[in-house]
Amino acid sequence: MAQVMSLAEAVEAHVGDGDSLAMEGFTHLIPFAAGHEVIRQGRKRLTLIRMTPDLIYDQMIGMGCAEKLVFSWGGNPGVGSLHRFRDAYENGWPNPLLIEEHSHAAMANAYEAGAANLPFAVFRGYKGVDLPKVNPNIRSVTCPYTGEVLATVPAIRPDVAVIHALKADQAGNVLLEGIVGVQKEAVLAAKRSIVTVEEVVEDFGPRSANAVILPHWTVSAIAVVPGGAYPSYAHGYYKRANGFYKAWDAIARERDTFLAWMTENVLKAGPDVFARQARRVSAAAA
Amino acid sequence: MNVQNTATTYTPTEMMTVTAARALRNEDVCFVGIGAPSAACNLARLTHAPGITLIYESGTIDTKPEVLPLSIGDGELCDTALTTVSVPEMFRYWLQGGRITVGFLGGAQIDRYANLNTTVVGSYDKPKVRLPGGGGAPEIATNCGEIFIIMQLSPRAFVDKLPFVTSLGHGSGPGSREALGVTTKGPTKVITDLCVMEPDPATKELTVVSIHPGITREQIQGQCGWPVKFAPAVAETPPPTMHELDVLRELHARTARAHGSDA
Repeated sequence: MAQVMSLAEAVEAHVGDGDSLAMEGFTHLIPFAAGHEVIRQGRKRLTLIRMTPDLIYDQMIGMGCAEKLVFSWGGNPGVGSLHRFRDAYENGWPNPLLIEEHSHAAMANAYEAGAANLPFAVFRGYKGVDLPKVNPNIRSVTCPYTGEVLATVPAIRPDVAVIHALKADQAGNVLLEGIVGVQKEAVLAAKRSIVTVEEVVEDFGPRSANAVILPHWTVSAIAVVPGGAYPSYAHGYYKRANGFYKAWDAIARERDTFLAWMTENVLKAGPDVFARQARRVSAAAA
Repeated sequence: MNVQNTATTYTPTEMMTVTAARALRNEDVCFVGIGAPSAACNLARLTHAPGITLIYESGTIDTKPEVLPLSIGDGELCDTALTTVSVPEMFRYWLQGGRITVGFLGGAQIDRYANLNTTVVGSYDKPKVRLPGGGGAPEIATNCGEIFIIMQLSPRAFVDKLPFVTSLGHGSGPGSREALGVTTKGPTKVITDLCVMEPDPATKELTVVSIHPGITREQIQGQCGWPVKFAPAVAETPPPTMHELDVLRELHARTARAHGSDA
């Protein structure tokens, strides 16, 4: 049963040190505000799960929240490296980082298996490649009907899923549209879930019968954070801040510029700054 | 080729993008990688292949972006798509389901059998350079009907031996894919800024089949980390037309305007 609370209360109640945490959103609807709150609350030893770690996990890794990263593509899309991820993996700063690396197909299938309450996912993949040599969780099964050997990975069952959605209604039902990624699967695979939303409306009103809706009884906590996906975007609300993704490359390249930025924009700030940033993107695009 | 319509001034990257675009057919269903593949695929759509279906792994099917996306999931891709599906559905029904005719990939490194590395340079545990990783590529490489690869020729990229195989090309030569139970063709074209390579029908080794105007065999060998083979009959790649260049430059200009002002 979804409870509406502040973002700080939601993270306090549902994210603990050492938890496995899946903050999903495939380019669209990345829950940046929630990530910043986890950083402010100083969570440690997290296993961070995400197909594309993106800037959000670069920030959390650089601030020392993570012990392990489970991922399938670790870059700054269209820009280059995630420098904080690389510094942690290559140099152990600010702490050593374990990795479990997959392909997108494997992680998408693993989330789906988690949502389906299955122990593992099966798919046609990982043929002729080296990742199975370095990731012992990549195994195989022989089809009992055809004899075909298929790849398997364990289901993803996070302690907590965190997503950003477009809106919730008064009852706490949650609606997503546009590029919906693996968010529905992540929430249904997780023990607990936090959803930040752009707004709470009285009623969703006219909508496609096939809009992605997470019923209120599948969500643990809802926090209203307008702009909470910035510099990612929210379909129909504000655009992706591609300029910020480019600027991040220079901010994150060195430890001191990174720490200065995080201090000013995360540690000394709160969720309320997101609405202003998202409005600026909308204004620039108009 | 109508000589009056042929451009005389263009960059090697433009030559590469135009040549890559021409490889695509109007009836293709193409899984598009971000960056250089995306530019080539959209150039094809805006010139000779208006009916091509472009699919991005974020779930957007038959998308017609006005500007090139910076990421694989920019809003532009969803706004202009026929439909948008979830990421598990994209990988299960559409890619694994065998609905894609061409996968268009780039990479950091490639070997003579068109295997690709986008994971790591050096050892996996103690890398010299940690690259982003495979993303969709490992399954794109085996589940699409065929694969086109677009990469700039350089000794650091075209290497004798890959430190890590992220996605399968022709493995270690003839029969490699078949031995793994892979039934798709794999890489059929590698388009570079100096030439076009295709796997030799018998040995599967990448072989130069056409050389871009003004480029010599020595220049190609100088940029490639293995002894380059040339096909018995090597053609000259037709240069870009003015129309192709105009469309490509306008696409890049629109993209720069759209991505410039939102930091």
